[in-house]
Amino acid sequence: MKKIFLLLISLLISLLSACAPKTPTTLTVITHDSFSVSEEVVKIFEDANQAKVVFLQGGDAGAALNKAVLSKDAPLADVMFGADNTFLSRALDAGIFEPYDSPALKDVPAEFQLDGEHRALPIDYGDVCINYDVKYFAENRLAVPASFEDLLKPEYNGLLVVENPAVSSPGLAFMLATRAYFGDGYLDYWKSLKANDAVVVDGWETAYYTNFSASSGHGAQPMVVSYASSPAAEVFFAEEPPSEAPTASIVAPNMCFRQIEFAGILKNGKNRALAEKFIDFMLSRTFQEDLPLNMFVYPVNQTAKLPDVFTQHAQSATQPAALSYEEIAANRDAWIEAWTQAMK
Amino acid sequence: MLWIPPLLFLTIFFFFPLFKIFNLAFDLRSVFERDNLQIIYRVSLFTFYQATLSTLLTFALGLPSAVLFSKFSFKGKSLLRALTAVPFMLPAVVVAAAFNSLFSYKFSSSIFQVFNLQPATFNFLLILLAHTFYNTTIVVRIVGNALAQLDPRMEASARVLGADGFRVGREIIFPLLRPALISSALLVFMFDFTSFGVILLLGGLNFATLEVEIYVRALQLPNLNLAALLSAIQLIFTLIFSMLYSRLINKMQTQSTPRFAPTRPPKTVKEKIFVGAMCGALFVFFLLPLISLPVRSLTRLEADRGQRGAVQYGLTADYYRELFVNRRGSLFYVPPVQAAVNSLGFAALTVLFSLALGHPAAYALAKPTRFEKILDPLLTLPLGASAVMMGLGFLLSFGRLIASPIFIPIAHTLVALPFVIRALQPALASVPERLRQAAATLGASPFRVWQTVDFPILSRAAASAAAFAFTVSLGEFGATLLITRPEYPTIPVAIARFLSQPGGLNYGQATAMATLLLILTTLSILIIEKMRFNNVGEW
Repeated sequence: MKKIFLLLISLLISLLSACAPKTPTTLTVITHDSFSVSEEVVKIFEDANQAKVVFLQGGDAGAALNKAVLSKDAPLADVMFGADNTFLSRALDAGIFEPYDSPALKDVPAEFQLDGEHRALPIDYGDVCINYDVKYFAENRLAVPASFEDLLKPEYNGLLVVENPAVSSPGLAFMLATRAYFGDGYLDYWKSLKANDAVVVDGWETAYYTNFSASSGHGAQPMVVSYASSPAAEVFFAEEPPSEAPTASIVAPNMCFRQIEFAGILKNGKNRALAEKFIDFMLSRTFQEDLPLNMFVYPVNQTAKLPDVFTQHAQSATQPAALSYEEIAANRDAWIEAWTQAMK
Repeated sequence: MLWIPPLLFLTIFFFFPLFKIFNLAFDLRSVFERDNLQIIYRVSLFTFYQATLSTLLTFALGLPSAVLFSKFSFKGKSLLRALTAVPFMLPAVVVAAAFNSLFSYKFSSSIFQVFNLQPATFNFLLILLAHTFYNTTIVVRIVGNALAQLDPRMEASARVLGADGFRVGREIIFPLLRPALISSALLVFMFDFTSFGVILLLGGLNFATLEVEIYVRALQLPNLNLAALLSAIQLIFTLIFSMLYSRLINKMQTQSTPRFAPTRPPKTVKEKIFVGAMCGALFVFFLLPLISLPVRSLTRLEADRGQRGAVQYGLTADYYRELFVNRRGSLFYVPPVQAAVNSLGFAALTVLFSLALGHPAAYALAKPTRFEKILDPLLTLPLGASAVMMGLGFLLSFGRLIASPIFIPIAHTLVALPFVIRALQPALASVPERLRQAAATLGASPFRVWQTVDFPILSRAAASAAAFAFTVSLGEFGATLLITRPEYPTIPVAIARFLSQPGGLNYGQATAMATLLLILTTLSILIIEKMRFNNVGEW
């Protein structure tokens, strides 16, 4: 009986490992589910290095990072991409990354290089802002709110939908923007926002596609927490590209939160040299110019050119909310917990 | 010996990962922290509350439907019956999208005004409705089967002896139906109890079931400790439910030989009104949300968006055409046919695995020893394990291996196995031992005995079990479990990808993909309906 057990196990394992990637020139990269890249771009890297790149997706940003942390002794991959500045310290504290001072960082402004030891290297950024329904505001002759305080005015009653920061990454980003602006008073602000009938839903998908009036879902709220690049996506993914985007972002000072996404070389990985090359490649113009239309984010490399649809329709925050990642790390959970209590 | 393969499978792919994650994260001391206790109390309370209400609502619709399907024959019956079963196989993303596109803002805001509802109350009602939408079919099947098996002579004799309708109901029908009522209630309750996607997608703030809270604690707020605690609580409840369930199921099988009362067309005016009203209600409740997706996938709704007026409303096949275009040149683009092939391939493997494992288990359980009776509820346990924690357990147990696509059908098999065993068990139990012995005495080899005696009886139950495992896999129960290779997206994964970016084309393509899944699911259900083993296959 024991024999049968052993036999079955070894059979199973050989079956499984037959399917698992194992050739020496393979580089494995673990990312979150929203990651996307052009086929030809990956091919450029593969051809230049005689390597095969295998991507793994580990759920949303939080889930992918947690899986990387849990498996740090026997990492699933050589490189991880997708920890953002709200999660950065969890990755750094857990010690999953090895430092790598890539020469390609010379084209990346210092404001993005949050980790002085270069364990986590910035790859892209995006601004979480309120998007609004251009037509609704024009038809109702309503002024677009220009500050957090404006949102409390009676004319905006019931017009805003936001995501729950406990489960949604743009939701968290928006809450952090209010925390940066109001300090401890952010809870009072949220209570007033709730009194003004702001709607809270769990995920971005529901907020955007069900509640937002300018999306295909034709919802009730003409304002939604989304990305400053979303209007460009609305144009890019329209059946017949319009001259004007149906939505726009409110990029007034302090009202946006800048998410920076990082990549790093995983400790105990098998392929340090190739991993370094891949990080360099992710920072190169080829990869950086491919980012915007794949993930609707901005490249950190300042020499990278933006696609037309971005320069015409995407906006970038002039003065995003300022919160250091250490401060976020220290208080993140307490802020979310307090917010959840306050919004009951 | 027969239960060794399924038990081995569960040990490796269920108990071992579970042990690994609990070993890492479970700390009994955390039970006594006041904050934790408060969270546990609040979340458990809501979980029970919504599951109880959902179950009651499901029964309010399910019981009359069970009577409708078991007593009467009418035009379009099999289609309507299949329609009630389709939602059970749909992923939460699709159901939520269907409900959202149906209960759109214009419609729901008028409801708000009429009943003076708060948005939160509306969301809660939406959750209850979605649960009813999902689970009514369980009541229809289990209670409907029991109703169909009631010996009509008993009722007739009671009537002859002078009992009125009420007395017949109380003293004959209800006692005979009780096991079916309770076991279907338990099953519905169990599904509502572990609800995740529906709550997350339709609920909004402050509606956290245990499963949702586990997800938040394990992955968003890093408190694995509390997550492990919550999932232990959920497992204990599930164990209690499954023990009750298997006990009741065993009772049901000891009933006298089923006799089927033939169904007949409604005769009296009362019956005609009942059939007409029920058909109407079921048609509206099930067809409207289901049909809203195909309709939406063919409608152009761009006209009143933004500042353009030139684009017109109308029918369009654009979204389906666009499915075949890799607009971004993305490495992860998958043509719709490929997504369907992936889904079907994983589903086929799930069928293979769960039949291979479920068959010996059902054999053993058909004539269980005491030991096997104890094992029985363990088979149902995976239904109540938190998918999030299982995913982390898989990671700790198998490391890099879990990136292998083979783990997708394995995860689906964990969920499909209990259903497959339940479908095979009654069929196997019904094979008369004397037939096997007679065949053997006459010189048939064991294989020939199986081939001529067991196989004909078994084949239809096996086909129905297979179709069931197939649809469980298509619907991606527990899809959050794994690390995935983006090269092998299934249809639900493709839908989720489309919905994760803004833009009319993305939304349209998501509904087009959902329509594709809807068609595949409906076809599978119709096949199940055709193959059901003499109408007695349990779930």
